[in-house]
Amino acid sequence: MPPFEPVLLEAIGTPESHTIASYRARGGYAPFEKLLAEKQPVDVIELVKSAGLRGRGGAGFPTGLKWSFLPKDHPGPVYLCVNADESEPGTFNNRILMEDDPHQVIEGTMISSYATRATTAYIYLRYEYPHAWDRLQAAIDEAYAAGLLGKNIKGSNFSLDIYLHRGAAAYICGEETGLIESIEGKRAWPRIKPPFPAIEGVFRKPTVVNNIETMACVAQIARRGVDWFRSIGVPADPANPRDPGSYGPKLYCLSGHVEKPGCYEAPLGITLRELINEYGGGVWKGRKAKAAIPGGISMGLMTEAEFDTPLDFKGPGTVGCMGLGTAAVVVIDETVSIVDFLHNSCRFFAHESCGQCTPCREGTNWNLRILERIRAGKGRLKDLEILLENGTTMGMMPGSTICGLADGAAWPIKNVIHKFRDEFEDYIKRTNPEGWMVTDPVPALQIVGAH
Amino acid sequence: MPTVIVDGREIEIGADERLNCIEAARRAGTEIPHYCWHPGLSVVASCRMCLIEVGSRDAETGKISMVPKLVPGCQTPAKDGTVIVTQSSTVIESRARVEEALLIDHPIDCPICDKAGECLLQDYHFEHGKAERRADILPFTSKKRDVGPTVTLFADRCIMCTRCVRFTREVSGTGELMVNSRGSKEEIDIFPGYPLDNKLSGNVVDLCPVGALGDKDFLYQQRVWFLKRDEGVCGGCSAGCSIHVEHNQDTVYRLKPRENQHVNKWWICDEGRYGWHHLHDPQRLVEPTHRQSGQSLPTEWSHVVSELRANLNAAVSTGGRLGVAVSPMLTVEEAWMLCTLAREIDPQALLAVGHVPSRGEDESFPGGFTIRGEKCPNRVGVEHVIAAFDPTVPKWESLLESVEAGRCSAVWITAAYPPAGSRPAAESEPWIDEATAARVARLCEQTGTCLVVQDLFESPLSAHATWLLPAAGFAERSGTWVNHAQWAQHFERAIRPPSGVWPEGRLFWNMLGRRGLYDPAAIRREAAAASTALAALAEDLPSVGLDLRLQQLATT
Ligand SMILES: Cc1cc2nc3c(=O)[nH]c(=O)nc-3n(C[C@H](O)[C@H](O)[C@H](O)COP(=O)(O)O)c2cc1C
Ligand code: SF4
Repeated sequence: MPPFEPVLLEAIGTPESHTIASYRARGGYAPFEKLLAEKQPVDVIELVKSAGLRGRGGAGFPTGLKWSFLPKDHPGPVYLCVNADESEPGTFNNRILMEDDPHQVIEGTMISSYATRATTAYIYLRYEYPHAWDRLQAAIDEAYAAGLLGKNIKGSNFSLDIYLHRGAAAYICGEETGLIESIEGKRAWPRIKPPFPAIEGVFRKPTVVNNIETMACVAQIARRGVDWFRSIGVPADPANPRDPGSYGPKLYCLSGHVEKPGCYEAPLGITLRELINEYGGGVWKGRKAKAAIPGGISMGLMTEAEFDTPLDFKGPGTVGCMGLGTAAVVVIDETVSIVDFLHNSCRFFAHESCGQCTPCREGTNWNLRILERIRAGKGRLKDLEILLENGTTMGMMPGSTICGLADGAAWPIKNVIHKFRDEFEDYIKRTNPEGWMVTDPVPALQIVGAH
Repeated sequence: MPTVIVDGREIEIGADERLNCIEAARRAGTEIPHYCWHPGLSVVASCRMCLIEVGSRDAETGKISMVPKLVPGCQTPAKDGTVIVTQSSTVIESRARVEEALLIDHPIDCPICDKAGECLLQDYHFEHGKAERRADILPFTSKKRDVGPTVTLFADRCIMCTRCVRFTREVSGTGELMVNSRGSKEEIDIFPGYPLDNKLSGNVVDLCPVGALGDKDFLYQQRVWFLKRDEGVCGGCSAGCSIHVEHNQDTVYRLKPRENQHVNKWWICDEGRYGWHHLHDPQRLVEPTHRQSGQSLPTEWSHVVSELRANLNAAVSTGGRLGVAVSPMLTVEEAWMLCTLAREIDPQALLAVGHVPSRGEDESFPGGFTIRGEKCPNRVGVEHVIAAFDPTVPKWESLLESVEAGRCSAVWITAAYPPAGSRPAAESEPWIDEATAARVARLCEQTGTCLVVQDLFESPLSAHATWLLPAAGFAERSGTWVNHAQWAQHFERAIRPPSGVWPEGRLFWNMLGRRGLYDPAAIRREAAAASTALAALAEDLPSVGLDLRLQQLATT
């Protein structure tokens, strides 16, 4: 495979890459100015649609299609929210874009705002990214100074303000309607849908929520064109009219037990094995890999035997993972206990469940307690059944919750227990030789709360 | 008409009714369990107890296509052709799982929980839960704490339905309650230094489906299964909110709002809610007294019936008038009997609306609830009654003037005003001040005018009474009240008055020489026949009451 020439990351590592001068020197902002002068917003939507860009935030929803859900002829305002809450474990590509090439993100935001007729864009930044905050704010200031933001930009009748909004460190603020509530100054409890944000979003006005990397892709599509974008990645399956394909470059976040962890740009569709070996320098310490998360912890695990699966929007799903997610690959080597892995996953979701829906609030906590008990040598085979039951009944897909966090919490459980059931059973039998086979209900409470 | 199919049963709903699946199923007699949904609050669809299966029936082909997952009944609109399935195994299992999840870290301290017996968590668990407990998690612990002057929070029992939070944001508009922390550690709380202190605060307790919010006034006073509940009407102001009076052994333990979309929706104010304590105030007048030759002595009711009438007859035979203050605390029926009686004794008796207490302005809340400044329930009803006898409807002030001018040789003042602000009578201002009382009393004493006072408590006026008669409290009388907006509601007494007290209705009935027990319905029919304004009362009223004006329009 020929080494891929990075585009989204082209400036990373070059001096002063975060400044407007560097960005302009690379050809930045000219595409925006050109679109503004020559194209109508609908043309821009068409451009992004025909590029086949799919959202990089996790769900892979076609971006142009999402924009076209906005009501036509709405008197406004329309809002664009750029999702920079980046909290999916293992994911850090947004951060690199924001810290080292913020103007690329901002140009993408401008173009997307023009396409959607948004006159206000919020960049919702997770709390833990102070450096990204500084860089983005400085870039926004530069853009204002250069007349690229504000009223009647470059003499057109398009006006745009970009505001940075900082979260308070909660995973759920990345869920698009949680993000919207949070921007409104409320507790980030995801909203019930419908209505979807395109109809009723921030301040009950039509709203588009897109990821930071999606914005960077929009900027590159405007600069390099549809054909360039479509020349990269995995084309749509002609036999399946509902397959939108996986076009364009993708930022893979590679971490865990590899020699060279990092954020790598590669065409969509690279296999997990290629990513680990050609970019990550192989599994660390000469060990063998046991499994890897393909795209954030919510997606479940791919076993070593499944490493030849392409990491495009379709691939991970073919091996029982939820999807490509954020393309955050975390490799675990053969020494890692799968029980510990699942415990860690459950701990994350129990901590991050927003607490609104009963099945998620109580289920994530219950799953964690069961895993804690198993790790403490008190597991029973029956616990696996309970975990599997929780894993299959929690989430938007079975309909028992409001948002997808619960699906993300459930997926690794069912996926990991299916793929590593033997290891779980061995662990439980080995650590609880006396009690692993007990199926009685766990004794009722010993204490009664007294006030 | 749009047709909804509930578990195979077709029911029709109104063409422009906007019902969700819970409401539509209820029309078909099917209860979909739910915690967080409340018709008076926004929909959050978070408890997930009301998950059902839905689909739609094609109008042309009759083919049914189902949504391939569970949906919350509260959030799903019921439209023409909507198919609702509430009894499939998926639904039943999902309910059992929600129950299991809710009990995972619940303390299950029903034996010491005040809500036991009327707790949705208990009821639903019996109906939809499983007997076996699989989770081995110790209950969530959090100290019980006061969140305001009226409410105690037992945070560990909370199931996070957030009804209370939404109430303070959407109905009272005060926003004191919030959700703190996240996930299974989250709890309801107040912001430090900003207690739950608003005039509707008690409603959050009614909204709480479990024992998390306790009403301090009621906590540990009575097990709810001992309580009997009667429909009543609050006498606290001219809104006339529909209530349930909950009592045992002739003692009221609490008042609860009774849903009435025409009057109070689902709510009542705190002043009304706690405004029953005076019923059991030890200071209440409990026996009739008669003053003769400067000495007040207790007497028998049978003596009152005969002697009082003779006394008044004698007084008016001197040529003066009988002046009567008809209290706006009386029911329409009682007022009707009092006026009839007065006109029998003195065909020119002066009938005036009694003192109308008022405090402050009307106060409206964002949820469409208003507390009225007029602090009596039946001024409008009493005015209608008096109008049938005297179209000028004299006011309290004109009665006072007549007495001062020496035109009355007998004065009968009905009062029965509860102490202001639901405080104990001993700490509360009497309804009549010394100066006003003196305006009546001075002349009565000088001329030996017969002064009859009928009241709950002693007052500056009662000291001067020739006849001091105990009155009934609001839950002790029967009849009809008409609120500020002409909305008439009927109620029966919930408890008996303290021994020794005859409610006004019983005394008037007997003084009129009528047989048997006081029968409000008979009086109501008489009043309805004689008065256009009250014509609607001829029929039995629906339990939510009715608008008198509709009948007035129909008959004029
Ligand atoms: C629990 C949860 C957390 C999420 N966190 C993020 C996040 O941190 N960043 C992000 O871009 N999208 C996140 N998403 C996805 C967003 O809801 C949304 O789909 C995305 O921002 C859309 O952007 P895109 O169309 O550009 O992919 C999250 C979704 C869920 C259910
Ligand atoms: S699924 Fe979980 S995280 Fe999402 S809204 Fe419900 S409780 Fe919150």
